[in-house]
Amino acid sequence: MKIGKQTWRYQNKLYLTSTGTAAGPLEAKGPLGSSFDKTYDDLHCGEDNWELAERTIMREAISFCLQKANKQESDIDVFLAGDLLNQTVTSNFIAKENQIPFLGMFGACSTSMETLAVGAELVDSGFANYALCAVSSHNATAERQFRYPTEYGGPKPKTATYTVTGAGAALVSKDPSPVMVKEATIGKVVDWGIGDANDMGSAMAPAAADTIAAHFQETGRTPTDYDMIVTGDLSSVGSPIVKQLLWEKGFNIDNVHHDCGLMIYSPDQPVFAGGSGCACSAAVTFGYIASQLASGVINRVLVAATGALLNPTIIQQKETIPCVAHAVVLESAGGQ
Amino acid sequence: MSQLNNQKDYKKNAKSYQPKPNYVINCIKAFFVGGAICLIGQCLQVFFIHFFDFTEKTAGNPTTATLILIAALLTGFGIYDKIGQFAGAGSLVPVTGFANSITSAALEHKSEGIVLGIATNLFKLAGAVIVFGVVSAAILGVIRLFLNNLLG
Repeated sequence: MKIGKQTWRYQNKLYLTSTGTAAGPLEAKGPLGSSFDKTYDDLHCGEDNWELAERTIMREAISFCLQKANKQESDIDVFLAGDLLNQTVTSNFIAKENQIPFLGMFGACSTSMETLAVGAELVDSGFANYALCAVSSHNATAERQFRYPTEYGGPKPKTATYTVTGAGAALVSKDPSPVMVKEATIGKVVDWGIGDANDMGSAMAPAAADTIAAHFQETGRTPTDYDMIVTGDLSSVGSPIVKQLLWEKGFNIDNVHHDCGLMIYSPDQPVFAGGSGCACSAAVTFGYIASQLASGVINRVLVAATGALLNPTIIQQKETIPCVAHAVVLESAGGQ
Repeated sequence: MSQLNNQKDYKKNAKSYQPKPNYVINCIKAFFVGGAICLIGQCLQVFFIHFFDFTEKTAGNPTTATLILIAALLTGFGIYDKIGQFAGAGSLVPVTGFANSITSAALEHKSEGIVLGIATNLFKLAGAVIVFGVVSAAILGVIRLFLNNLLG
């Protein structure tokens, strides 16, 4: 059911039936290292090249997700996936392998919540009984795609973010589990004139503020109704900005705001302003946050995954970065 | 109304949230690391003059070649990019930085094959240096020729 202009409230009781996460070596050493189902101690993940490694990570996250729900690939009705590579090839290859009807999605780093929102909507409307959502990112494939060769010695500024190596998968269905999917707020593309690809936190913060503010206005809730309001990858630069932007709009999220890009690494790890990438919000949400909700430590979380919709060509042509944020509300089922 | 919620001035107002590069520290780091690379080069040159049959003029070539080899190896071992992050221009400007840009591109594109991967992308980063080097050398050469002829 549509509430307001941007928010969907699911009519049925929808659950995150199971989740699966996989992460690379640096993420494994971070504070959430133990929350991932699978970690790799090498960026190559036993493969010949980075692209194959990213596919292995996504495949592994999905296999953990299905295994936990005791489902086969043939039981799944729709597979929604995305990643950061050109034409989302990682997802395409995984979809080729698993032979589940496939909707490829791209929302840059917001893809995690984009796939979850749409997957939940398909289950809610009855077009699917089981929707599998997955995203992945890999530090080295993203470096090659968006920046310089991995071993190039050009220094990066302090505002740059470090792409998370990892993947997150979630199975949405009406089968009860401890975590419920309640609502989603679909973001508008916002571009406030930041053109520096090494400062995506500043670029994405207005998009996150726009979506979160719309969510509060349309649901009539306030920040105190949430135990956590999580942004995807605003990093240490964008996080204070989004708090300030929302404070000016009358929403004080200071006490409940967290950023996945800051949660996944400890401050002493060499990641500049923090983590980014599709897997950043997915691995944190489907790992740590889902387990916190399942155990009832927290009851209601708003996850606003942020995406910088850029490619290297438009940056070289001196365009500014269009950004989007999609938010999903997850609740603890509270022993139901 | 409010300060930051202003699309027009956002780029300017957001600056106060962005950490500034410390130019003084960066210059000092670049000076010492760049200087250290040159010192190594100088030692190599003296070594080649003393132990091999090179003069001060001809020792430049083996010195440069050795530095390039060292930089290429450090790139392959995943060390040069860490030096680069620390030293900035200090390790980017010397010939070792040029070697790093070529080696890193070769490593990166190895998976796409030798011709379309390595050969095509080898000068992806270094190409600009070569283009501007060759073009400016040609222009200066012409200017020098004219000046020589004019001044007789």
